[in-house]
Amino acid sequence: MTTPLEVEPGRGEDPEAVLQGMPKIEGRSLGQIAWMRLKRDKVAIAGFVVIVLLILMAVLAPLIVKAIGHPPNDFNQDLIDTQGGTLAPLGKFGGMSWEHPFGVEPVNGRDIMSRVIYGSRISLLIAFFATLLSVAIGTTMGIVSGFFGGWVDAFISRLMDVFLAFPLLVFAIALAGVIPDDAFGLQGDSLRIVLLIFIIGFFNWPYIGRIVRGQTISLREREFVDAARSLGARRPYILFTELLPNLIAPILVYATLLIPTNILFEAALSFLGVGVRAPTATWGGMLSDAVTFYTMPHFMLWPGLAIFITVLAFNLFGDGLRDALDPRSR
Amino acid sequence: MTTFTTSGSDKKGCTTTMSIKRLRTVAALSAVAALALSACGGSGNGGGGDTGGTGAKNEFNASLTQVVNPSDKKGGTIKMAHSDDWDTLDPGETYYGYAWNFARLYGRSLLMFKPAPGKESNELVPDLAESLGVPTDGGKTWTYKIRKGVKFEDGTEVKAADVKHAVLRSTDKETFANGPAYFEAFLNLPAGYKGPYKSKGVNTDSAISTPDDYTIVFHLKNAFGGFDYLAQLTQTMPVPAAKDTGAKYRNTIVSSGPYKFANLKAGKSFELVRNDQWDQASDPNRKALPDKYEVALKVNADDIDNRVISGDIDIDVSGTGVQPASLSKVLTDPALKAQADNATLARLWYTSINPTVPPFNNIECRKAVQYGMNKVSYQTAYGGPFSGGDLATTIMPPLVPGYEKFDLYPAGPDSKGDQAKAKEALTACGQPNGFTTNMAYRSDRPREKATAEAFQQALKPIGINLTLKGYPSGDYFSQYAGNPPFVVANKIGLATNGWGADWNDGFGFLSQIVDSRVIRNTGGSSNTSVRIPEVDKMLDAALAETDTAKREKMWSPIDKRVMEEAVIYPGVYAKSLLLRPKNLSNVFISEAFNMYDYLSLGVK
Repeated sequence: MTTPLEVEPGRGEDPEAVLQGMPKIEGRSLGQIAWMRLKRDKVAIAGFVVIVLLILMAVLAPLIVKAIGHPPNDFNQDLIDTQGGTLAPLGKFGGMSWEHPFGVEPVNGRDIMSRVIYGSRISLLIAFFATLLSVAIGTTMGIVSGFFGGWVDAFISRLMDVFLAFPLLVFAIALAGVIPDDAFGLQGDSLRIVLLIFIIGFFNWPYIGRIVRGQTISLREREFVDAARSLGARRPYILFTELLPNLIAPILVYATLLIPTNILFEAALSFLGVGVRAPTATWGGMLSDAVTFYTMPHFMLWPGLAIFITVLAFNLFGDGLRDALDPRSR
Repeated sequence: MTTFTTSGSDKKGCTTTMSIKRLRTVAALSAVAALALSACGGSGNGGGGDTGGTGAKNEFNASLTQVVNPSDKKGGTIKMAHSDDWDTLDPGETYYGYAWNFARLYGRSLLMFKPAPGKESNELVPDLAESLGVPTDGGKTWTYKIRKGVKFEDGTEVKAADVKHAVLRSTDKETFANGPAYFEAFLNLPAGYKGPYKSKGVNTDSAISTPDDYTIVFHLKNAFGGFDYLAQLTQTMPVPAAKDTGAKYRNTIVSSGPYKFANLKAGKSFELVRNDQWDQASDPNRKALPDKYEVALKVNADDIDNRVISGDIDIDVSGTGVQPASLSKVLTDPALKAQADNATLARLWYTSINPTVPPFNNIECRKAVQYGMNKVSYQTAYGGPFSGGDLATTIMPPLVPGYEKFDLYPAGPDSKGDQAKAKEALTACGQPNGFTTNMAYRSDRPREKATAEAFQQALKPIGINLTLKGYPSGDYFSQYAGNPPFVVANKIGLATNGWGADWNDGFGFLSQIVDSRVIRNTGGSSNTSVRIPEVDKMLDAALAETDTAKREKMWSPIDKRVMEEAVIYPGVYAKSLLLRPKNLSNVFISEAFNMYDYLSLGVK
């Protein structure tokens, strides 16, 4: 049996007519091209959405927790098996219920969901500002080192080597242990947060510094820099107006990838007990508390999941951003 | 035992060096106070004499008061494991309850605690000595007769000189830094004496004399009615001078008990095998049933629990109870629970309320904490009623002779705090809206952290806001919570604390935590808050009392007087959950050690 070929809709139309409905093709800037590439990368966009949600969660933590009705440090010992002596949460799956969707902690019955939500504030705050500090120092040092060369470059490069050779974790533990409770006009949690931002941020700058230095060296001999120089531009102008905009892409990419590293580092320090002090909730601290109760995996699951999701989201977004800004590095 | 870890693992992370320093200073301050050592020990105990009887059913807490699986069957191997290294096998230095319990297998001290279940185990019985000590000169001289025919593993007879050498070498705290320091505090040693290695040839007859081979006489600086307690220390286990290798002796110990060492791999494992020179006729306490003991060291603590449950290992030798991970497994499985014992310890977990830190200089503000704290949450922080302990209302635990029950600050009908009374006290203190202060805890101890958080929660409703400050446990007393200038400067109003004595005795338990004379401005004392001159006098009066029954009646009034000042918040009388060995016979818990008696065990 033969059937006549059905003409697919649109197939038989005039090619010109198809073009008519389309917008006019315009010249696009590098930023627009990058944005288009990024938009097409569904994974990166998903990462970005998660990041935005996380930030919203951190910022709105007090409101969210108020709505849930269980402040992060409040005990609910009526939900704990104190009579049987196991100190495990009553009920199945670590006391999960509509009241406590993530369950409650063993021993004191604090609501795990509120603690995870509050923990995001510490993690993100420290990670962001530490990254900002690293980027600020790293960019300045890298650009100066790469542009000036000579003894300046030699000195800064050796300084970077020294910082890279530093046993950061050991130093962080020692410093966090030595600093008293009141210092630099701060005390309590705010002091610990500032201290952690400083430790994590200050010792990570050489990584970004090296990248910026390499890029600067390759840029400073380019024609547009020569042109600016021959037109009599001063060094600061060349540095910040000619070079810096061209460095934004690698800096942005590296910063996005540094944030998850810093989140993990903060979690590690809290886990080791040198982070923010009890009873303030942090993801690393919650994991550390959960270790002695490893037979109750729900306690470890939620903060672990929170760290995992956050780090994954930042990494996926960072990767997507790099692909979009610099497709050659793919 | 201030230095006991309260961590989840409950491993005895005891820094005894601190206690020795403490003891020395105490001895210098007042020879009186020296009895009260803070160490990690339980006490010395005796071997299997009359542990017969019908025996108990295998049920929860069965071996607290009775012998489970009584038997006289010889032979077999007992397998033990330890999550850490042995502190030291040298009887001159070892300072842990489990190590004292175990040392009786390879050494014979002058006296020992009776190897019997329950209260009986606090009774001292002669071991190497023929009888208890005979005091003369009002308790300043103590004489012991040594049994004839007791032999070392090499066949030479144990003589008084070997005991004397053992005691003298233990006073050398440069060689044996971590051992108990009672003897050098009490014995009338020549000035500047540094032990038999460094002070060679010095005549020490002013401290210990041996009129003949079977008589040893101890000469003390001051009268001490409780010297028999010192004679049961492992430090009186004889050491032959010819075979003493100083600090290395821990690997070449010459046994005087029923077992001797074999295959000793330092830090890994060792075995005890029968010592054919040991004579049952010379020993009324030991049964020596198994042929062999195998001890594995540095085994993962959770792994030990699981292997004890499966029967692969017989006993966790450290005797501190199951790990938190096994706790719920044991308590929720009826079969496993029947195989467990909830031993009470002579130890109190408490919190110091420092009257040096305003507003706690006002007794009413201290009372507000006493009333306002939720006692049940303190207990929960320590692990609940089974692995934590019982709610405490006194400083002395019930296990200490002379204990009397009283409760000056009833915390409501459910022991969860009496907020009305607390508010009343706050108003009387002139702080009706509450105040802010700091609380110190040992940051590496999850249970103390949980305690501090519990205080914070319980006191918040009455307006007392606590800022928690964790400090490392190694320097907790020397630098932080036990250092009076630091406490004042950093406004440490509350500090978690804990105490247990080397043996169950009122003086040993109380003096280091309620005698104000042990507080030093340089830090290091467990007592941070009790400064009551009247209590100091009461302690002196009690120690001078030679009649044991009368003396024991004098402890509770001291306890009460301290509680009246509200400077100590008693939290829990400690308990531990022990797994009873499945395949062993003659299993019972000795109150002197608060763990299974290792001397009487046999293989079923």
